[in-house]
Amino acid sequence: MDLFANLALGFSVALSPTTLSLAVIGCVLGTIIGALPGLGPANGVAILIPLSFSFDLDATQALVLMTSVYYGAMYGGRISSILLNIPGDEPAMMTTLDGYPMAKKGRAGDALVLSGVASFVGAFLATIGLMLLAPLLARVAFLFGPAEYFALYLLAFCTLGGLGSKNQSKAAIAVCLGLGIAMIGVDNSTGLTRFTGGSLHLFDGIDFLVAIVGLFAVSEVFIFIESHGKDSAIGIKLEKITIPVKDIVNSKWTMLRSSAIGFIAGLLPGAGASLGSFLAYMVEKSVSKDKDSFGTGNPRGVAAPEAGNNAAAGGALVPMLTLGVPGSGTTAVLLALLMTLNITPGPLLFTERPEVVWGLIASLLIANFVLLILNIPLVKVFSRLLQVPAAILLPGVTMISFVGIFSLSGSYFDLLLMIGFGVLGYALRKLSIPTVPVILGILLGGHMEVSLRRAMVLSDGDWTYLFATPISLGLWAAALIGFIAPIFLRSYLTIPKPIKEEK
Amino acid sequence: MSDRITGFVVAVLALAFFASASQLEQPFFADPLGPKAFPMVVAGVAMVAAILMIIKPDAEPNWPAFAVLGRIAIATLILVIYAYGLKPLGFLLPTALAAGAVSYQIDPKFSNAAKIGIGLSGGLFVIFKFGLGLSLFALPRWMMG
Repeated sequence: MDLFANLALGFSVALSPTTLSLAVIGCVLGTIIGALPGLGPANGVAILIPLSFSFDLDATQALVLMTSVYYGAMYGGRISSILLNIPGDEPAMMTTLDGYPMAKKGRAGDALVLSGVASFVGAFLATIGLMLLAPLLARVAFLFGPAEYFALYLLAFCTLGGLGSKNQSKAAIAVCLGLGIAMIGVDNSTGLTRFTGGSLHLFDGIDFLVAIVGLFAVSEVFIFIESHGKDSAIGIKLEKITIPVKDIVNSKWTMLRSSAIGFIAGLLPGAGASLGSFLAYMVEKSVSKDKDSFGTGNPRGVAAPEAGNNAAAGGALVPMLTLGVPGSGTTAVLLALLMTLNITPGPLLFTERPEVVWGLIASLLIANFVLLILNIPLVKVFSRLLQVPAAILLPGVTMISFVGIFSLSGSYFDLLLMIGFGVLGYALRKLSIPTVPVILGILLGGHMEVSLRRAMVLSDGDWTYLFATPISLGLWAAALIGFIAPIFLRSYLTIPKPIKEEK
Repeated sequence: MSDRITGFVVAVLALAFFASASQLEQPFFADPLGPKAFPMVVAGVAMVAAILMIIKPDAEPNWPAFAVLGRIAIATLILVIYAYGLKPLGFLLPTALAAGAVSYQIDPKFSNAAKIGIGLSGGLFVIFKFGLGLSLFALPRWMMG
């Protein structure tokens, strides 16, 4: 079997002492990042990327470190959801609905253990799914020509924008902003400089890491200045941790169902983990016999979104690795990492650099077990992190961002640009214009334009070439539906209100 | 109102972008599409979205009070100064000041902010310099000899 040969190759890479220790470090860092309120996975990975270069890691090692951080952050996000009623990251939002009420009933420990197990099930199954599906999809991806890739990028923007925002025109503005920024600099195929305004600093274009760190990390500082650390409420005390065997056994089907739903949601380009946890929760609620107990601390309501969001995290890696189209904000950041490491994701990655892909998959399998240990017996240690006040955390994040970007390029201009993106990110978030499509636009804009122009070269300027094959036609249709359908489905897609804190 | 203003700003930007793209020369050896078509389409889409936003704005977002915006402006200014100070002044001093100042903007307690600034500056220096091996200078160059 090919699969076992590949896995053997993967484990031979993953079990080398350096890679293994990087996976463990990544898991610990990731759980910390996920648990710290106000430092989501995208944020965390973004500020760590520049620093990871200073380690002199090779491509596989850097990727293993960062994806372990990514998986870890997905696990860690639940801790503050359950104990503080504040989601540690966006996909953990759904976990607050039943996790916090369950904690208030004095079952905080049970909720944490149950959600930890659910996270493990989701992530583990998704990694298996990734292992089985990615090589198949990589083979399909060989059929993709420039016209198909153009339609695929469009699909990613449409679904991400359509689902990620309440207002389609705001999503479109966000995408165009990103694409516009991506156009700045020298045009590769003609050598013309575009949109630089004559500034020499802009000739090389805008480094996407600068934009990512600015939009995600620096803007978070401004958000916290506004909220004045008001949200850092004192949460629930954690008692002795026992394993709620009964709840775990009772929710076994919930976990399996939610993992499947989450994985599929993760596969959709541009949809991602938030959609996965949302759908998993809603499906669980609708198949349940006592719907009313959801939102009041039903253990299944804790297990479902956690299995869903971790499965989606694994699923989102499939389109990222095989097609180079990320499924979420964090995978977009991982894509940025790949691009900086000079790895082009896509079908060729699987045939030419199998050690990268399979080393990554094997490391993720190992990382899952590490995370299970970190997140169940050691959850108490991580829950202490919730007490780190914003007044220490955010300045720390800012300084790490500065040093990271500075060590990357050593230019003042990039630092100023980063601050500029921070201010922009703050304004966009206040105006509820989503920031993830901006990042995706900056990352994929160049590729999107190149594939369009290649398609036009192939067809000698004939526009109908873009819709010529069934694959591209299907992608165009999906893009259209992905952008328009959420307008009509919005009433079904509203997130249930979390319970209010009695004062 | 905020949405209308934003829509207007985006529309102006899109127009400028479109104009700038249309000024680009089409090299005779270029591909059929050339360097200007894609940016022009992007600008066009942005324009349509901006106009829709002006016509149909969302409810007004919760802008913070004027004083809070002032704090954010101060924090931005501090970061800009920090960006310029990092190289000539070494790591420790600017970082302590900037971290302390940002911390003060989040939680205005002077002695806490001072402690946080000094602690972060020292702690991060040790991590960056000795843990990650970045080439940072602790103090201004002229003091290091």
